[in-house]
Amino acid sequence: MKTLEELKVVRESMEGEVALRTHGNASSKYERHVLVCGGTGCTSSGSPKIITKLEEELAANGLTDKVQIVKTGCFGLCERGPIMIVYPEGSFYSRVDVEEVPRIVKEHLVDGNPVKEFLYEETVDGDDIKSLDDTAFYKKQHRVALRNCGVINPENIDEYIGRQGYEALGKVLTTMTPEDVIQTILDSGLRGRGGGGFPTGMKWKLARNIVPDADMKYVCCNADEGDPGAFMDRSVLEGDPHVVLEAMSIAGYAIGAKQGYIYVRAEYPIAVERLNIAIKQAREAGMLGKNIFGTDFSFDIDLRLGAGAFVCGEETALMTSIEGNRGEPRPRPPFPAEKGLFQKPTILNNVETYANIPQIILNGAEWFASMGTEKSKGTKVFALGGKIKNTGLVEIPMGTTLREVIEEIGGGIPNGKKFKAAQTGGPSGGCIPAEHFDIPIDYDNLISIGSMMGSGGLIVMDEDNCMVDIAKFFLEFTVDESCGKCTPCRIGTKRMHEILDRITKGKGTLEDLDKLEELAYHIKSNSLCGLGQTAPNPVLSTLRCFRDEYVAHVVDKKCPAGVCKDLLSFVINTSKCVGCGLCAKNCPVNAISQMSEVPEGKKRAPYVIDTSKCVKCGACMDNCRPKAISKV
Amino acid sequence: MSSAKSTVPFKGTPEQEAQLLQVIEEKKNDKGALMPILQKAQDIYGYLPIEVQKIISDNTGIPLEKIYGVVTFYAQFSLYPKGEYTISVCLGTACYVKGSGDIYEKLQEKLGIAGGECTPDGKFSLEACRCIGACGLAPVLTVNEDVFGRLTVDDVDSILAKYA
Repeated sequence: MKTLEELKVVRESMEGEVALRTHGNASSKYERHVLVCGGTGCTSSGSPKIITKLEEELAANGLTDKVQIVKTGCFGLCERGPIMIVYPEGSFYSRVDVEEVPRIVKEHLVDGNPVKEFLYEETVDGDDIKSLDDTAFYKKQHRVALRNCGVINPENIDEYIGRQGYEALGKVLTTMTPEDVIQTILDSGLRGRGGGGFPTGMKWKLARNIVPDADMKYVCCNADEGDPGAFMDRSVLEGDPHVVLEAMSIAGYAIGAKQGYIYVRAEYPIAVERLNIAIKQAREAGMLGKNIFGTDFSFDIDLRLGAGAFVCGEETALMTSIEGNRGEPRPRPPFPAEKGLFQKPTILNNVETYANIPQIILNGAEWFASMGTEKSKGTKVFALGGKIKNTGLVEIPMGTTLREVIEEIGGGIPNGKKFKAAQTGGPSGGCIPAEHFDIPIDYDNLISIGSMMGSGGLIVMDEDNCMVDIAKFFLEFTVDESCGKCTPCRIGTKRMHEILDRITKGKGTLEDLDKLEELAYHIKSNSLCGLGQTAPNPVLSTLRCFRDEYVAHVVDKKCPAGVCKDLLSFVINTSKCVGCGLCAKNCPVNAISQMSEVPEGKKRAPYVIDTSKCVKCGACMDNCRPKAISKV
Repeated sequence: MSSAKSTVPFKGTPEQEAQLLQVIEEKKNDKGALMPILQKAQDIYGYLPIEVQKIISDNTGIPLEKIYGVVTFYAQFSLYPKGEYTISVCLGTACYVKGSGDIYEKLQEKLGIAGGECTPDGKFSLEACRCIGACGLAPVLTVNEDVFGRLTVDDVDSILAKYA
């Protein structure tokens, strides 16, 4: 394709197909579209088998020409996967089992009656079927970055074009100057979604102007989503890879670059595969390569796979890694805008940041700036996980409160447990206790309460989680992932981890808490890169919000949540014990023995645990049938 | 992360070497080619013993010590062969708060090896991984390509039995 007109022809031919999946009222070549999620979550829970079965059943019922199967990206409600949606009705089948497919095909696709018992319960209201947008999970969401995820087939560029894909690139190349583009991004107020929150337009402006006579510049995409428990970027890459390619091309035009690199985790095989397909299709369609849209702008993109190093999410480390070295960060300045990849001016943005760009170009900066709070514009995608009913991917306008996210969208805490904290920002972030439930989520508010936006992982913890153990968990992560280049991070995090380990084993002292704070201060102020500068945050925030738990470990030698093994003891409730002896048989250290007296009304004497011998492995508890053994 | 010991001698075939040389030929003039070459080499051999690193060094002119530095920096590169089945337990935050740490411990106990090691019969290797992104199924583990989700400690035996 060489002109916007040619692009429009493709769009018009596809528009009916993709519109059927958003408002149902459209002219498609098919009577129905069956969308099956092909994201990692649903693939893990069996969606490929469902697609195979669907194909067989459609063929058996002569529907192959009437019903189109579309393998999409993530719908968001991963908790209910594998998910299948049938359009134009919009019937949402959740936790689909292969065995259910023949009935769905027969009753719904042949006879036209949705199979209510297999639908997501929340959409069934007596005889009526509610729209997905009326369910608690979707009602308050607003999809900008995720607008194509779960709508299009990510392996088909035409479907992306059907949703106005590559029109923003066309508009930029044919009607805007690079300065206009940068001004639009500046005006929109878009800030980096990788966690730092630096204004994206500012980054572009610096890279455009700082070295006026640079012979080469680079555009990089950070898809090295390392925060454990965050999967927003992966979902965008799996569900809508072209949006990233289009946005990077726009960035290339804005700063004057010809080459882009996407640095993506090798642990995301589906994302890598779809990106490869997307790059190939974009080159064939003329959306990447020489003289795009017949202009003198040329741009191409290559993939680079990460190899499992968290520090490579840091911008200078990422570039060092693309260059083929150990992924160690380098001191800034010089900033990447001046000397980045291969010592040339470079911009690096995160996947979600890029996913917003084409929409901003098409709808205008004012449209984007109308969403969100004063200093944080637009939406943010969160990966909601942990102790929450609706695990999944949610996109909300900035300024939504934590309460809305957890109680309404997330459906609250399962099993009637009490909320303890939400963790944002992963190993760099902090915990938010219940008292801040009503604070509107944006960059600055989260920092003011001692956490941070981070890339978007939001892990919910309940009363069964020990906050000291969680702090230790994150420290273990940073100790493992510290690259070793600078001393405060390499040695400091190790010392902090040792202190935390001591505390969880009941060997800590109150001075240890002060030492933790002092170490944290030095590590934060002296580390070379973001990894070290933020590594103490999980400890500091739990110390601030849950100091009483630390004190309980140190002074009372108790773990209130019952997690830290060394502070627990196992006891047998003698009135429940039936004297079967299974516990004693399974005890690896012979710490359990039978009492000599048989109490009244019992056939056999109960057993007791000698706590001085017990190694707290829990084998007795796992094997006790009458559940007479508990941890205290 | 990979601390496994191996006494298995290197058994590379001429076919594997020819494949590797072809990869090197294709990529060696790219900027920053070392990582992609190492990734392909690990696909070919399953791991990156010093013998393979030497082939890469000899044919790219990159010093062996630099290659070794890169190989040992990244968690994904392994200096030792892996078992027939690699069990990866997700220790991402979402899985951890739902008890994946206990499952990891149970596996170490059952297999009699520490994380990063391989059982003496070459059957299983055990490792921890950071978030495979299936948080809806937490806690999760994978055995080669198979995914097992919503686990409890009690599921460990039946999963191992499937591959025995």
